[in-house]
Amino acid sequence: MQFLFRYANPAQFMRLSDAALPLLVAATLLAFAVGLYLGLTVPPDYQQGDSVRIMFLHVPAATAATTVYGAIAVCSILSLVWRHPLSDTAARAAAPFGALFTALGLVTGAIWGKPMWGTYWVWDARLTSFLLLLFIYFGYMALWNAIEDEVKAAPAAAIPALAGAVNIPIIKFSVEWWNTLHQGESIVSGHLAPVFLAPLLVMMLAYLLLFATLWTVRIRTAILERRARSLMQGAA
Amino acid sequence: MSGPFVTLLLRDLKLAARGGGSAALALSFFALVATLVPLGVGADLNLLARVAGGVLWVGAVLAALLSLDRLFQGDFEDGSLELIALSPLPLELAALAKILAHWLATGLALTLLSPLLALMFNLPGNAMRMLFVSLLVGTPAVSAVGAIGASLTLSLKRGGLILPLIILPLLVPAVIFGAGAVGAVLDGIAGGGALGLLAAFSGASVLLSPFAAAACVRLNLSS
Repeated sequence: MQFLFRYANPAQFMRLSDAALPLLVAATLLAFAVGLYLGLTVPPDYQQGDSVRIMFLHVPAATAATTVYGAIAVCSILSLVWRHPLSDTAARAAAPFGALFTALGLVTGAIWGKPMWGTYWVWDARLTSFLLLLFIYFGYMALWNAIEDEVKAAPAAAIPALAGAVNIPIIKFSVEWWNTLHQGESIVSGHLAPVFLAPLLVMMLAYLLLFATLWTVRIRTAILERRARSLMQGAA
Repeated sequence: MSGPFVTLLLRDLKLAARGGGSAALALSFFALVATLVPLGVGADLNLLARVAGGVLWVGAVLAALLSLDRLFQGDFEDGSLELIALSPLPLELAALAKILAHWLATGLALTLLSPLLALMFNLPGNAMRMLFVSLLVGTPAVSAVGAIGASLTLSLKRGGLILPLIILPLLVPAVIFGAGAVGAVLDGIAGGGALGLLAAFSGASVLLSPFAAAACVRLNLSS
């Protein structure tokens, strides 16, 4: 735990992130450039044709959406148990990206579903649990906005965030527990053709790097806002 | 320990019965929703029997939700929640007593009304029994999970609006398994599997949510 507490200090975080941010931006741009190039140049699938390329936007968005929720859940535990001051800020800052990735996953999935399944939407377990994730993000953000006192809002948001974490394994395993239209897991089990694997993994990395970059920027903004506010209160 | 627990339970039941009659309101709401559906989807009796499980489950969850925002709020506003928190009764047990009182006043009442509405939806006898049992087993989860939302939002002005947004996604399993059990019986399969999952969800909610609710109440009292 000692390691974590060293970076709990906002001043320490500002110093560290100041150095890391240019690297993160460069890595994100590079990963997207490589991922998009690979994704657009792989041969079309023998069954799906060119629409298989939607996968390179859809799957990483879905992975990122659940990863962000995992990050919020971890931050919530840190905030509740150790009163880690930075983790509240981090959890709050991550939520809009999670909602955005979830929406992106749903939209790209619908666009992909129309040519492949013949419908934009089905009420299958994976799609439904993913839609619920979007509502959980909305509720979490609404709660943060409703409580004006940040010190009080942090634990109040952390508790339902942890209760909502139940949905994450349901999303993950929904395609195995229920017989659904959405296909099963295909990366680890090796069902994905190897040509598609490289662009998919690079794009997943790119989405996660994008999240890391924007998350860092948003945490920094929140810390600076708080400093500005306390300066104004001191001057008044 | 049972002394203060039972006292609090009876007090909340009396308040529910005398102050505003929230149980009667929830029941009227439930009956009205059930009346609106045939007007909306058409009065085809076969269709109604098909959707009855889902409609009545959704209606029951929404009806129970109506009175949830007052679960802690009234006591918070007049200060009795602080006295309850200071009393020798652990706050977790106090939350459990309040959940139990809410369930008796709404969940149980809705369950008892459900056979009548099921009759109006042309639900056959065995499916009606399954609906009754599934509501009996599942509605405690609505009160329990709802208590987390109610305790979180008790000091908020717009709490009544945020509450459903927070707890409805968490109540999805109850609706799926509850309506699923009724649907299974309609299809001629024993609905025991769905009912078992519903009971597990409900039991876990009742067991865990008093701790979360008590934590949220402490949070709101500490400032």
